Amino acid sequence: MAGLKAVNIIEFQDLEDIIYLLQNISELDLSGYSKSSLKRRVERFLQVEKMDIVDLKNAIVNVKDFHNYFIQELVVNVTEMFRDPQFFNSLKKNVIPYLQTYPQIRIWSAGCSTGEEAYSTAIVLNESNILDRSFIYGTDISQRALDIARKGVYSLNKIKSYTENYLHTKPSLDFSSHYTAMYDAAIINKEYRNKVLFSTHNLVTDQAFNEFQLIMCRNVMIYFDKELQSRVLNLFYESLSLFGFLCLGSKESLYAHDIKNNFKVIDKQYNIYQKIK
Amino acid sequence: MAIATEIILIGGSAGSYTLIAELLENLPPTFEPAICIVLHRNKHYDTQIEKSLSRKLKRNIVSAIDKIEICKNYVYFAPAGYHLMVEPNFTFSLDGSEHINYSRPSIDVLFETAAQIYKKNCTAFLLSGANSDGAKGLRMVEDFGGKIVIQDPAQAAIRTMPLAGKRETLIPLVWKNSQIISFFSNLN
Ligand SMILES: C[S@@+](CC[C@H](N)C(=O)[O-])C[C@H]1O[C@@H](n2cnc3c(N)ncnc32)[C@H](O)[C@@H]1O
Repeated sequence: MAGLKAVNIIEFQDLEDIIYLLQNISELDLSGYSKSSLKRRVERFLQVEKMDIVDLKNAIVNVKDFHNYFIQELVVNVTEMFRDPQFFNSLKKNVIPYLQTYPQIRIWSAGCSTGEEAYSTAIVLNESNILDRSFIYGTDISQRALDIARKGVYSLNKIKSYTENYLHTKPSLDFSSHYTAMYDAAIINKEYRNKVLFSTHNLVTDQAFNEFQLIMCRNVMIYFDKELQSRVLNLFYESLSLFGFLCLGSKESLYAHDIKNNFKVIDKQYNIYQKIK
Repeated sequence: MAIATEIILIGGSAGSYTLIAELLENLPPTFEPAICIVLHRNKHYDTQIEKSLSRKLKRNIVSAIDKIEICKNYVYFAPAGYHLMVEPNFTFSLDGSEHINYSRPSIDVLFETAAQIYKKNCTAFLLSGANSDGAKGLRMVEDFGGKIVIQDPAQAAIRTMPLAGKRETLIPLVWKNSQIISFFSNLN
């Protein structure tokens, strides 16, 4: 395209090439990700790394472990504690009472990024006096995000905005009772960190690994195309116990997927579902 | 509901709402293109605008939903807090990645992705606003053969955004509010 000013955009065919190369040299399968969104991430990567598309293809093929670095830069890790506070209110009202009837509660935060969602959930469980009976598995594809999650250390700047979210959940405790501040950061209390196990799991290629009473996968599937969304929803269906709950992000629903027939809608606005068959 | 083969994009920020409401009011009963709007707004206001407009105007005015097909005769608003993108298979996708130009949804993101899919079948309008989001996207629409229109800065409540659009592009159409409104009332 003559006179094209936007030099930092790539063709969709380049994106397909990259997906193909990654499939060949690693386990990474990005073929089910939303193309425009993924393409923008690749373009951003090229810009930050000052590479062009040829460099990138070479690096994928020739640089050992490059793909591990690349994928961590491609995924969107943006997260918050008590993201969409009203969701957590609905969780407390509609899901927790069920969970309270179980002797043991296993929860999966799938695509947990840097851990904020898992810790928020642990806090809610604590407020409902069932933390001691609960265990949370936080999984993600990004090793780097998981390292941060395990530490449970967040900057005070972030804590400030998390505190605001938390206040919207009408809590009985002060947010500051859940962490210890040190210099310009805060570490989440050990009682919570001990209750979460973070490990890598790729929703595209890995299988079910346990049975859960509650699965949260929020703001992950918007990055997938419809077909991959369906496959991942099947994985969640298999991983849920009967009458277990599935929570999706505020812009994600079962609406367009056949699997919805096996679920009951618990909260239409905040996308909470219960497996009923 | 048929997939739209033409798309009209509107980007607006501070001072653009009245014009957007007015041009939607002037739409004919049915029209061929899909109309997609990014209006910067506080994420706490969520879907109020499309709900009230759709009630008042009795048209298909909705919040864009992730992975739905882009249909003729529909007006889509980018939901607050998410970037709205056009995918190669003529569906939307939403994305919660970093803010662009301090904005999410960002006008640039919609314009740039739509430009590359709809190419010459894309028309983009950049309206009043106090920042320069949308200028780069407008240029991309132009580069891919689409038509670009800027609200006459003299008539914009806040002219920063239209001026940025003019600087970034080669030969934009600069239209008065009345021209913009008549474009929408003459759609078919
Ligand atoms: C936007 S974050 C969502 C974090 C949190 N659930 C929330 O709602 O705030 C999306 C996460 O999904 C992860 N992810 C993307 N593809 C994945 C995959 N195939 N398997 C597992 N996690 C994936 C990314 O690494 C990223 O950390």
